[in-house]
Amino acid sequence: MADGSGILVIGEMADGQPASTTLEALAAGLALLDSLPGESLSVILAADATTTAAQTAIAHGASTVYTVEDASLADPAPEAIVAAAEEAVRQASPRIVLGAKTLLGRDVMPRVAFRLRTALAQDCTAVAIDDAKRLLTTRPVYGGNAVATVACASPIAVAALRAKSIDSREPDATRTGNVIPLTVDVQAAVRVRSIARVEQAADGIRLEDARIVVSGGRGLGGPEAFDQLDALAGLLGGAVGASRAACDAGWVPSSYQVGLTGKTVTPELYIAIGISGASQHMAGCSNSRNIVAINKDAGANIFKDARFGVIGDWQKVLPAFMEQLQELLG
Amino acid sequence: MTLKIVVTAKQVIDPETPLSAFGIESGAVKVPANQAPVVNGFDEQAIEAALRLKEASGDAHITVISVGSGFALDVIKKPLAMGADDLILIDDPAFDNAIDPTVTVAALAAAVEKIGDVDIVLAGRQASDWDNAQVPIGLAETLGWPVATVAKQVDVGGNTVRVKRVLPDGHEVVEATLPAVVTVSNELGTARYPNMRGIMAARRVQPTVWTAADLGLDVARTQPAFELISLARPESAAQVEMIEGDDEEDAGRKLALRLRDERII
Repeated sequence: MADGSGILVIGEMADGQPASTTLEALAAGLALLDSLPGESLSVILAADATTTAAQTAIAHGASTVYTVEDASLADPAPEAIVAAAEEAVRQASPRIVLGAKTLLGRDVMPRVAFRLRTALAQDCTAVAIDDAKRLLTTRPVYGGNAVATVACASPIAVAALRAKSIDSREPDATRTGNVIPLTVDVQAAVRVRSIARVEQAADGIRLEDARIVVSGGRGLGGPEAFDQLDALAGLLGGAVGASRAACDAGWVPSSYQVGLTGKTVTPELYIAIGISGASQHMAGCSNSRNIVAINKDAGANIFKDARFGVIGDWQKVLPAFMEQLQELLG
Repeated sequence: MTLKIVVTAKQVIDPETPLSAFGIESGAVKVPANQAPVVNGFDEQAIEAALRLKEASGDAHITVISVGSGFALDVIKKPLAMGADDLILIDDPAFDNAIDPTVTVAALAAAVEKIGDVDIVLAGRQASDWDNAQVPIGLAETLGWPVATVAKQVDVGGNTVRVKRVLPDGHEVVEATLPAVVTVSNELGTARYPNMRGIMAARRVQPTVWTAADLGLDVARTQPAFELISLARPESAAQVEMIEGDDEEDAGRKLALRLRDERII
């Protein structure tokens, strides 16, 4: 295989525009190009309509936008995106393929990597280029107990970025680029058929969007305690989350789960109550601006990542905390 | 007709290992000998899914495959004690290189083909060491099979698998034609504990051991996907400010005041 050139981003769409994680991948790609003089950035957008999104991608640094349009891509199956990505790789022959570890990306990116006869550098929090022009990826492993830096050694490197680990750039409307429509039979690629989708109506603010998250863990001792967390979240205009232990115990639905296998949240304030702070959990909340921990175990791991901590029984700390809050917030 | 099920299971460092016992030496994780490894938690749930399929179909055979080296037999035989029918260890120093999923995938794909006529492969959604969540997907790609991920329920009817997948705010039901790969999530429910009869039965079963050569793999000649540059402890985060008071209630009140001082609330 001849050495490729340039970077291809596997795009994802949200409300007719490139998703925030796609803009982050474009920003990462632009930064990598500083070490790859003369090479360029492209993106594949597969959706029911791509005209507006393509211009947004160009403003964010793509010099070529490959597009695949099909009505079925309004709600794409992973295999459809993989088929579109495979054709874009054939057209662009890049040295690096970037995507994101999103709900869709988790299914798409490993397939793309193995189709290109390599593996995926998963969940990267930083990327760089080494002296041999190989892609260097940094990522937390062993549940965050270690950080690995790995060089991609195959002729084509495929990496998935952790959401919100790289800032997207401001769009520049003066940028120009080409839009190249591709013909791909995306429907023929789909072998896993979606029969039904059931969304639980989330009451109140979405966990991922909340400015304040109040989370509870095993230390709460039972489901009743979440009534008080609901009250605290209500007081602060926030949302309620939970550790995997609390979800697996059935105290709250699994949609509450914050962590490596749950949701990733980055609120201004994350209040962790009765959560030990296993690295599995911290992977979902460690990028919060301020973490407050209330735990009776002074040695709990959560205090290592917290900005403020209270050592004590939450049943005593929390009512007084809420009373004082009520007074402050009037 | 017998439903032929393969479950992939990985021996990993116990994710509950305290940080104080978690060491890094020359690019590899080292834990003290008294910290026993475990079967990856999601893989136990994949075994549970296989056992449920066997109970539902009445006629199924469950083979567990594990790729690695330095197996602790009493640990990796746990799936047998839970009720799996046999265990294949692909045991070769060539598989020590945990960082390259292409090697593991090549071994598993060769093993599934060697077993022959496999209907379904069940795997944990990810392993608690590198959390790559890609070996089962790579296996499906290599075999040319469809794959459905993060299942909370798996049912087989005729030549179709129906999977209830976990979504952040609900679930999705998908179907695929067998043979297929399905990855299993913790929402499937707790894996059963081995009972005494299972433990006794597992003692009598000797695992089948295959090497890379037995599978016709020449690992030294495969193009590695990755080269490990460094493995290190993460830099420690900011210092915590402990809020103290006359008693726990007082500390709670002071916490609220402190957050207001900092304009966080």
